[in-house]
Amino acid sequence: MSHLLEVEHLKVTFPTYGGEVQAVRDVSFYVDQGEVVAIVGESGSGKTVTVQTIMGLIPTKNIKDGNIRFNGKEILHLSKKEMRKLKGSEIGMVFQDPMTSLNPTMKIGKQIAEGIRKHQKLSKAEAKQKAIELLRLVGIPNAEERYHQYPHEFSGGMRQRVVIAIALACNPKLLIADEPTTALDVTIQAQILDLMKDLQKKMEMSIILITHDLGVVAEMAQRVIVMYGGTVVETGTVFDIFENPKHPYTWGLLRSIPNLHDKEKKRLIPIEGSPPDLFSPPKGCPFAPRCPYAMEICVEKSPAEFHISNGHTARCWLNDPRAPKVEAFIAAGRE
Amino acid sequence: MYIVKRLLTMIVTIWLIATLTFIIMKSIPGDPFASDANVLPEEVLQNIRAKYNLDKPLPVQYALYMKNLLTFDLGPSIQSETRDVNTLIADGFPVSAVLGLQSLVIALLFGILLGIIAALNHNRLLDHVAMFLAIIGISVPSFILAPLLIKYFAVEWKLLPVASWGTWAHSILPSIALATTPMAVIARFMRSSMLEVMRQNYIKTAEAKGLSPAAIVIKHGIRNAILPVITFIGPLFAVLITGTFVIEKIFAIPGLGKYFVDSIFNRDYPVILGTTVFFSTILVITLFLVDISYRLIDPRIKLTSRGD
Repeated sequence: MSHLLEVEHLKVTFPTYGGEVQAVRDVSFYVDQGEVVAIVGESGSGKTVTVQTIMGLIPTKNIKDGNIRFNGKEILHLSKKEMRKLKGSEIGMVFQDPMTSLNPTMKIGKQIAEGIRKHQKLSKAEAKQKAIELLRLVGIPNAEERYHQYPHEFSGGMRQRVVIAIALACNPKLLIADEPTTALDVTIQAQILDLMKDLQKKMEMSIILITHDLGVVAEMAQRVIVMYGGTVVETGTVFDIFENPKHPYTWGLLRSIPNLHDKEKKRLIPIEGSPPDLFSPPKGCPFAPRCPYAMEICVEKSPAEFHISNGHTARCWLNDPRAPKVEAFIAAGRE
Repeated sequence: MYIVKRLLTMIVTIWLIATLTFIIMKSIPGDPFASDANVLPEEVLQNIRAKYNLDKPLPVQYALYMKNLLTFDLGPSIQSETRDVNTLIADGFPVSAVLGLQSLVIALLFGILLGIIAALNHNRLLDHVAMFLAIIGISVPSFILAPLLIKYFAVEWKLLPVASWGTWAHSILPSIALATTPMAVIARFMRSSMLEVMRQNYIKTAEAKGLSPAAIVIKHGIRNAILPVITFIGPLFAVLITGTFVIEKIFAIPGLGKYFVDSIFNRDYPVILGTTVFFSTILVITLFLVDISYRLIDPRIKLTSRGD
């Protein structure tokens, strides 16, 4: 069975005055039909660049290597025109900051109808009707009146609903959501996530969800991709990642979640150090300098991909049978 | 409510400008008849002064002028026996206005186009070419550009008339000469504003909808980028349509521009005041129109006076 989306050995770099930033280094993953896949990792780990590459928002000259197959078709080398047919129709995208993702001088209805008119042969009136239906679908009351309003007349949560409506305008097979709730109030976050979950079931689409929030991952996703320093360090089902994580970076992420049920007051546990310099990435494991279990080989040689169980892989030498056994949860991070 | 308040402030502004101009004007040494003082006997001079009310104390002169201003009477011109200031403006303004409007259209059209082209080709050849042209446009003064235009287009290639005013062909060279500098300034404004806008997230949203680059620039880029240019158009419009001394002089155009300068040399008090009041009225009105057009372009801007 073929996957809906397959990313293989993707490599993206950006030239800067200081040299070439290797933002994404050999990233591979897949997304199946109807599946929610979360990508987690700290800022600068290459999450956003990866999904923007899928979306065709990164200039092709920056894409150095790799394949992206969508629905069995190679899309990385499509012409701009063919890519535009895909964007907004088969793949939709929800951006991080709803306050700046909408054109401030255009009525929101028009911003939704615009995409519909581009991809479907509909009259103006039909596109408007469809846009109003979409506004209702994403839970905006008085859709008909709201159609004629401008973004500044909407609250942050309402704007994100509009952004979602834009992304869903042509019933995409894949929705990419790049930290869709980071810029929102906590109460609104839950509403937006519920909405996305609900719509995902109704429309039977796949979602790639980028987030910092492991709570959101547990709530929404079936599978998780953990990224660090431009590479995928661990991937597996939500259960694999939460119950049986096999990479010290994943341990650190899990340990840094504050626990409400702790009896005694505890300090938050950070992962010490800072992410690697992507101008000249280390030849070994990118996490080695921060890893409390780093061995000699970690600095010397980039870790191989170890298959832990079906679909669960980790790029860490600790999974080699010759490596010393460590107790994951207790020892990760430093007290 | 906003409009009523705004109109009142406009009237007060014009009154303040008239008053200040009156004070400054009267504090320049000399008077309109200084050059006649050696030729004419003292009694004649006094008679002439009395005719123009110049023998009365300043507050009285001021009161008389303001009274006339209320009836839109700008008074007689001291230099011209036959035409009063109202006639001067009525004769000169239409000429200057045609010239100015044409220049404004040229400056806007090409300035905005050049700016967009430069921004979309950021740091590439077309950008450098456009900005090179803009720098030339800003740094070459119109009194150099105008003779060059005349030399080639009128004298050597005989395509257009050398100077003077009459047919539309007469207006082409002066319009271009007048438009060059504002066009260059607009191009630079538009470029930086467009660069800013094209980096915004909503442009990414538009790209993610699969819109073509042209649709993105036209529907999402230009409208957001044009606001700073609009700000600049207000004062520019007032300056251009009320005539410009240099261009009108070079092309021998019977516009309003020369009166601004000549009247000051001649201490032609009513013309100084008249042209200033006329200019400020046009300026204040255009600024008002610009503020209204902001509202049309950017729905976030609300026209309210403080306290509303």
